[in-house]
Amino acid sequence: MENQNLNLLDRALGLDGPSEPWPLSGRVVLIEDCVETSGSFVLHQLVKRSLSPTSSNVIIFVAFANPFSHYDRILRKLGCNLVTQRDNKRFIFFDMLMLRCPDEGKSSEGGLVLLYEKILKTICGLPGDKKDYVTIMIDDISLVEVAANGGSDYVLDFLHYCHALTSEFDCSLITLNHEDIYSSMERPTLILQMEYLADILIKAEPLSTGLATDVHGQLTVLNKGTSHRLGRSGNKIHNFHYKVKENTVEYFYPGSRV
Amino acid sequence: MATTKPRLSSFSRNLSAVSSSQTPGVKCGPNGTMFVSSGIADLDRSLVMVMEDAEAPHHMLLLRNFMSQGLVHGQPLLYASPSKDPRGFLGTLPSPASLKHDKSRDRESEQEKGLRIAWQYKKYMGENQPNFDSHRDNKQDYCNEFDLRKPLERHYFTRQRVNCVGIQDSKNLAALQEHCASFLAQHQRNDGSCALAGRIAIQSLCAPQCEHSNMDWEMLSFIKSLKGMVRSSNAVVVITFPPSLLSLSSTKRWQHMADTLLSVAAIPDEDKELAKLLSGYQDMVGLLNVHKVARLNTQVPFILEATTFSIKLQKRRFLVLECLNQAPVDGSSGSSYGTSGSCSGSSKAGTLDF
Repeated sequence: MENQNLNLLDRALGLDGPSEPWPLSGRVVLIEDCVETSGSFVLHQLVKRSLSPTSSNVIIFVAFANPFSHYDRILRKLGCNLVTQRDNKRFIFFDMLMLRCPDEGKSSEGGLVLLYEKILKTICGLPGDKKDYVTIMIDDISLVEVAANGGSDYVLDFLHYCHALTSEFDCSLITLNHEDIYSSMERPTLILQMEYLADILIKAEPLSTGLATDVHGQLTVLNKGTSHRLGRSGNKIHNFHYKVKENTVEYFYPGSRV
Repeated sequence: MATTKPRLSSFSRNLSAVSSSQTPGVKCGPNGTMFVSSGIADLDRSLVMVMEDAEAPHHMLLLRNFMSQGLVHGQPLLYASPSKDPRGFLGTLPSPASLKHDKSRDRESEQEKGLRIAWQYKKYMGENQPNFDSHRDNKQDYCNEFDLRKPLERHYFTRQRVNCVGIQDSKNLAALQEHCASFLAQHQRNDGSCALAGRIAIQSLCAPQCEHSNMDWEMLSFIKSLKGMVRSSNAVVVITFPPSLLSLSSTKRWQHMADTLLSVAAIPDEDKELAKLLSGYQDMVGLLNVHKVARLNTQVPFILEATTFSIKLQKRRFLVLECLNQAPVDGSSGSSYGTSGSCSGSSKAGTLDF
């Protein structure tokens, strides 16, 4: 990617290196947010980066939260035309807004099994040169639980199966979940397992001083086992502030803005 | 909703008129106030949730205004309630405020041109609007002021326009979902057309007298389905619920589901500390907090200047929201105020732009 277009989040994710192989290939990314600060903008940025002209990625976007038109309008302002990408078979959209299990003869488990099979079938149906460049995105996991009528164990099984795809096909798996839903639970198994499986954890939180017009929140990025050009690896934590705009997101270190 | 412009000196008053709106949704009001629409550019197709306060039924004030406004403008209404007689509630809906109640109304109406009405239903008013009501001789101007002491005329409650559903005795939410689905199907969005908007008001969704109140996942599933349906319709949904009856985790799930999230809170009577802190305290009946504002088709969060508003009943008849300034003050601005209510002139405080 052109270095001048990279921002702090790109660098924290290791996207400042060569675009081939895709730095997120085979990696699991978990985006966490809360009511006060939505982390959706991170997902949108990853969609844009994944579909950059210099990459070969195909996105399978599993949408429980919003219809296609919502993402289309947002990504257009970010300079990415999802309709064109959809037509070019680079952006495959699964509209799951109305999925409800049990329903229509499907049990909670059955519904998610069918969803996994649909994802697998889609990957297998891709041309040979595209199979190795798949990114699965799920927005968002808390709504998968609702669709599964609270069957968190089934949701975990589903996620484990999706996780297996990251090693079988070298896919990326990028999910969004709302951390504050689980923070009051005595045993928040789902979020703990998701955090354990994640190679990269991105957390969007408000500042301790609350929301402001020039700083919308802070991002903490934990990149477990980053691979540098020189082959070294290690865990890295990055923390910076952000301001979300229609056509971009500004990231900056605290106190660095004039 | 009215917001007070920051002042540089305690002696400044009646700030010079600022041109109405460099900022969309903001207009100048009297006494230096700036009226801000709720900031919600387009509430169509969105889900508004109001967290109730067990100590005071202020959510009912919001609900009444919401329902009256829809009926007065000929918008079909679906109202669901845990009470035994939901239709009886219609008798408590307020009537549009009389034009005489505010002498400055004529002057304000000119300024209203710049105001982007929160519900955006003004665009539906016009020649094409079907006339449901043969009693009306004149076209109803867009109205967002209601007189709580004057009940809405009964001719607005025709069954063609208002569908009332009781949710207390239903074993689950399937029937309510069915009602909502058929109601919304009548107001499906058609690209390029502007079908008549509809309103759904669901009061106290998880009230304990309802059989479904302990079915956490069923309620979540219902809200998710409703949200999905309303996104492809020309309607808006308001749901009120008492969060104290849900687990913390469930409450957070409901909050995330909402496109716009509000909460109401009671104000204790005769609280001397609050009386010192807030001017106009004696007129306040409660507080309204805006936690989240609908952002459909955009990733940009809407940051309000103020998120807490006092709820007042002006002359005990008109619901008024006024911005509360946040303390502590920024010393660099020169402002000498701490938290204050609308010192800038609460006598003509803003109307509820809801």
